[in-house]
Amino acid sequence: MLALDRVSKTYRNGVNALESFSVQVKLGEIVAIIGGSGCGKSTLLRAIAGLDRATSGAIGLDGLSITAPHEKIGIIFQEPRLLPWLTVADNVGFGLAADPAAMRRDKVARALARVGLLDKASAWPRELSGGQAQRVAIARALAPRPEVLLLDEPFSALDAFTRADLQDHLLSLWEEFRPTLLLVTHDVEEAVVLADRVMVMRPRPGRLFDEIEVGLSRPRDRAAPEFEAVKRRVLTSLNRSLDRINTKAAEGWMTVGEGI
Amino acid sequence: MTIALEEQLDGASVDAARAKAARRAALVWRAVLGLALPVGVGLIWEGLVWFGYSNGRLVPPPSRIWQTLVQLAQSGELSQHVAITLWRVAAGFGLGVAAGTLFGAIAGYWTLARRIMDPTLQALRAIPSIAWVPLFILWLGIFEQSKVALIAVGVFFPIYLGVVGAILAVDRKIVEVGRTFRLSGPAMIWRILLPAVLPAYVVSLRAGLGLGWMFVVAAEFMGASQGLGYLLIDGQQLGKPAQIVAAILVFAVLGKTTDWLVEIVSKPFLRWQDSFSTQAAGS
Repeated sequence: MLALDRVSKTYRNGVNALESFSVQVKLGEIVAIIGGSGCGKSTLLRAIAGLDRATSGAIGLDGLSITAPHEKIGIIFQEPRLLPWLTVADNVGFGLAADPAAMRRDKVARALARVGLLDKASAWPRELSGGQAQRVAIARALAPRPEVLLLDEPFSALDAFTRADLQDHLLSLWEEFRPTLLLVTHDVEEAVVLADRVMVMRPRPGRLFDEIEVGLSRPRDRAAPEFEAVKRRVLTSLNRSLDRINTKAAEGWMTVGEGI
Repeated sequence: MTIALEEQLDGASVDAARAKAARRAALVWRAVLGLALPVGVGLIWEGLVWFGYSNGRLVPPPSRIWQTLVQLAQSGELSQHVAITLWRVAAGFGLGVAAGTLFGAIAGYWTLARRIMDPTLQALRAIPSIAWVPLFILWLGIFEQSKVALIAVGVFFPIYLGVVGAILAVDRKIVEVGRTFRLSGPAMIWRILLPAVLPAYVVSLRAGLGLGWMFVVAAEFMGASQGLGYLLIDGQQLGKPAQIVAAILVFAVLGKTTDWLVEIVSKPFLRWQDSFSTQAAGS
């Protein structure tokens, strides 16, 4: 279980990016975090990944306090961030250096097969399309079998068709060993397609605004009326969360957004 | 995968062969065009001297330069001069690269060290390296040490600058990937920083090598009794322009060859980067 207890983050320039955020995520649960620009979504994810320290509050995984990157927590960024000097296979095996070579090869091959890129194993990252590169990044994050996988707007740079394709891909990967997924997104449909629970955040300072149980069975039909209903609920909540900054923005409160 | 690849190759092989032939023809044509000017000028000058329009004393024709080269080679003098010059460049380049890499890595990796060292090193860089010669001679004597030191100083700065710049330019996002996989300090250097820095490092090595060849000439001007630079001075003092041009040609060949060696040695490590030539090799 991933437990966040009143996590706050104030940057050195005084920007209050995240204020007293608490959540408990069960193992295998998929949670989407959605919100407007500057609501602290990315800040939150980076704190859980151990890349940035929270100013106050506690992040715990199975009772263990998280203050630095942990082997049970993987992250997929907005960009693939593949290492250009490694082949696709070596990129996927990057986090498996501790394994013996034969086992690593096996794990890499399986991870690549799962994302459908086994034939690209010996290609260089520059030879991949954007969608393929992001699939390799997913394979790299999943290869060490993390308990928690964080996704920071992982599909936002892709075209709509590739995005839907990768969302389905991600779900089928998740089915296999059911890690906890924590997904930051600004795409309402993406949140509703993937998540069990959607958390709407409100900006400046970033904090939880609303929590919506999706309650749809998988696989989800994007055209079904129930799906549309949930989408509308999230959208309404999101709009309400953003109303407040319109007045604040008018007061000249717009600061540099930490991610969107 | 290989089967699919072979089928593809079979289908495309006719086209590929034709494209290859066309590319080769273009390359030959380019070489011909590039050689036309120097070869033409050489032939014209040779002709003018041959027909007695000039005595060719100050500007020797190609045949006389070649003769001089052959004589130098046959007497065994040439290989001696080449060997001593090569040794000086190698020693100076080695020292300069070692020091430049070490200081560059420290300054690039460690901000406090950079704040302390970099202003001084930048100030020293502003001094034309030749200006050190009198001091080096006082400190190290007139023989090999002062020459090697001068070359090393010349090589040091491009390497230092290249390494610091390359380390500072390493993408923070890539470093974060290393952090999420909990790389230790040495692993971070070995698996992320080193490969990321390598392309810029090779460029600075080549720049440093070029300067090394430049400074070996300066070093050998300051009182050497051997070496290609000595051949230049000797040719000037005894009025043998053919010897000067011959030495210049040998410098050109050696400089290009050593540069090419650096390129060859570094190539396997930069295969991931060199998109154009890998594509060409693949087709």
